[in-house]
Amino acid sequence: MQANEASTDVIIVGAGPVGLFAVFQLGLAKLKAQLVDILDKPGGQCAELYPEKPIYDIPSVPVCTGQELTDRLLEQIKPFEPIFHFGEMAASLEKIEDGKWRLTTDTGRVLVAPVIVIAAGGGSFVPKRPPIPDIEDYEGTGVFYAVRKIEQFRGRRIVIAGGGDSALDWTVNLAPVAKSLTLVHRRTEFRAAPDTVSKMRALEAQGLVKFEIGQPVGLKGAGGKLDAVTIKRGEGDSFDIEADALLPFYGLTMKLGPIANFGLNLNENLIPVDTEKFETSTPSIFAIGDINTYPGKLKLILSGFHEAALMAQAAYRYVHPDKTLRFQYTTSSSELQRLLKVA
Amino acid sequence: MFLTVHMPDGTTHRLEALEGWRVMEVIRDWGLPIKAECGGACACATCHVWVGAEWVAKLVPPTGEELEMLDGAFNVDERSRLCCQIIMSKELDGLEVELAPESLADAPAERVAVGG
Repeated sequence: MQANEASTDVIIVGAGPVGLFAVFQLGLAKLKAQLVDILDKPGGQCAELYPEKPIYDIPSVPVCTGQELTDRLLEQIKPFEPIFHFGEMAASLEKIEDGKWRLTTDTGRVLVAPVIVIAAGGGSFVPKRPPIPDIEDYEGTGVFYAVRKIEQFRGRRIVIAGGGDSALDWTVNLAPVAKSLTLVHRRTEFRAAPDTVSKMRALEAQGLVKFEIGQPVGLKGAGGKLDAVTIKRGEGDSFDIEADALLPFYGLTMKLGPIANFGLNLNENLIPVDTEKFETSTPSIFAIGDINTYPGKLKLILSGFHEAALMAQAAYRYVHPDKTLRFQYTTSSSELQRLLKVA
Repeated sequence: MFLTVHMPDGTTHRLEALEGWRVMEVIRDWGLPIKAECGGACACATCHVWVGAEWVAKLVPPTGEELEMLDGAFNVDERSRLCCQIIMSKELDGLEVELAPESLADAPAERVAVGG
């Protein structure tokens, strides 16, 4: 087995609240789990969309924020030592001999397990793509949604669009290497950290950054080579900025992504499951949380927690077909308490 | 009371609306494909609409938080709102909104058979 290959009991696609709690329920059944998530952190929507927003409907927790819920779940599952693979997208899934699944991520990592749990919520978080005509033709050559290497942008004429942390951070970091850098934002207020905004303003005062109010609406160039970005400023007023690279930073949005190619039945981009095991149309692949659908489904975190508990019972039978899982309570079972490292 | 919604595909829908409901909820619950991925928490920008020009002044002005979230939308102008932040009331009977293309829910994926 190579360094980027691993074998485990259960592969969980998605490290949002439901994927995290699945680790707990699987752990009580002595099943080990590895998780894959395209975000660079755990918590899914709770951490990405509303880390500071209050949640009031978690049983016995009158109020907590998305980030607090994530942090508490991480604490709760710590005894089970889950292995996380962040910043990776589950790219393909295939069945191999002996009935196991082989999941490959977009970085080439290979995970093998008898059970797959899809807890992918609304799908993968991917950068928002501005609705600029023909933008696809420039992606990877003139339009970039992330900076992998700063050196890639040395000596280039850069336009950065957006007003959040990513836009401002990269404005500050790329200005010293760029031939020219223009930050384009629809208004003079920025959502980014005030400290970064101050740095940007300082660079602007030095002439290293140019700031324009507006929004990118067009690209000029040919064969994937970008020559200019057309900016619209108010009604009917537009102008071009000469540029080799446009970096649009408008945040992330959810797309179902490669899960659509996993061979599962889909209903309006949701995965139908039964309601006793939350198993998909494919045996030993389960779907829990917002990504599944069944009669009466409610997209609530607490529903996902329930689904995780029942899924774990069925997952055990795939991993240990010759054994019987004894149902126990954490309050009274010394065995479970040893697993939780409290006894 | 009614709400008129223009969809990115050019279709127009006249939807009955209930007082106190968010415009996003009215659109969603009538089954139109609106993304609204944060579910109405003013935490994303995927319920972006352009309201009819004559309605702009009749709406409760956007909060700072809504304006910040609109930074994640496209082709934002003075008619831009996040429709999870517009609450239906008698004064808004007849409100007209156009859904921005980025706020359209993804079309259902086709099932692709997988080998093995």
